[in-house]
Amino acid sequence: MSTSTQTQSTQAPSLRTGDVAIYFAMGIVFGIVLIFSEVVSWFRIQEMFRFQSFHMYGIIGSAVAVAAVSIQVLKRTNARTIRGETITISDKPWNKGTNQLLGGIVFGLGWGLLGACPGPIYALIGAGITPLIVGLFAALLGALTYGHLKPKLPH
Amino acid sequence: MDLFATAWPWYVAGPIIGLMVPTLLLLTGKAFGISSSLKHTCAATLPTKAEYFQYDWRASGLWNLVFVAGILVGGVIAVQVLGGGGPTGISDATQTDLRALGLVDFSGLVPPELFSWSSLTTPAGFVAIVIGGFLVGFGARYAGGCTSGHAIMGLASLQLPSLIAVIGFFIGGLTTTYFLLPLIL
Repeated sequence: MSTSTQTQSTQAPSLRTGDVAIYFAMGIVFGIVLIFSEVVSWFRIQEMFRFQSFHMYGIIGSAVAVAAVSIQVLKRTNARTIRGETITISDKPWNKGTNQLLGGIVFGLGWGLLGACPGPIYALIGAGITPLIVGLFAALLGALTYGHLKPKLPH
Repeated sequence: MDLFATAWPWYVAGPIIGLMVPTLLLLTGKAFGISSSLKHTCAATLPTKAEYFQYDWRASGLWNLVFVAGILVGGVIAVQVLGGGGPTGISDATQTDLRALGLVDFSGLVPPELFSWSSLTTPAGFVAIVIGGFLVGFGARYAGGCTSGHAIMGLASLQLPSLIAVIGFFIGGLTTTYFLLPLIL
């Protein structure tokens, strides 16, 4: 192999070229599913919070069920990644649940207004709902603000 | 291409989303989640001194940024190539409720009364897009995850913190639906 510093300096050690294609392709599939399942629709989120259709509950519920069974199968078979690495599912950080509850409420207030959680924000921008670009920058500002206030917030 | 002629029912879309979790684990060992992309973007682009953003974002976050770029391109393909993004098939009850709030255009994925460039300068549009977006970003990071990381990945791996976060999502969402939206619309 040649020792070109140009290519080496831009390559992060943990992100292999083949993996980039996998993440990108999975993102595309996820984006298409989000649009065709109408999960990205502001109207569907309102319908969900008004308990007027099973649609969103069916999607989240069946996604959780399929993912839960899959995880159990992976655990019990001690499955490894295609590269032979062990699969570890780390526990979510846990203190008293304060940050999950308070952060969850703040997120929910925003989810109801914006009608989109982070994944759908990207899909909606791709779908041509360009004002969501402003929504994305607002979300980035929110994350930035949290990062600065974190030491002062109850967790 | 019958598959793309109509919206997908929940029992098609839900299991596909659920299968993203083991697929990601088997191919690369990563845990499904999206809102950390917001953190990584801040860490990658801004010269901030906050401890929260002091980490190797290339090592832990670059994959997530590639993933969300894919979601955006997926949105383009779904609409431009596959013809998705038409009117949402919501229930009559929801339409009636939203009409009572003054939202009458159901021809797209979002109400144009709130989500258009001209509406950004109206109080309702500003609150929905800017305040809504800010709260989504702030809350997701405070809670340590969003719908994908907590509601799907977290609940599926039986995490108590995720259950608490999802309960919080609904307390907030119901408050917006029944108190905030009638105030701003």
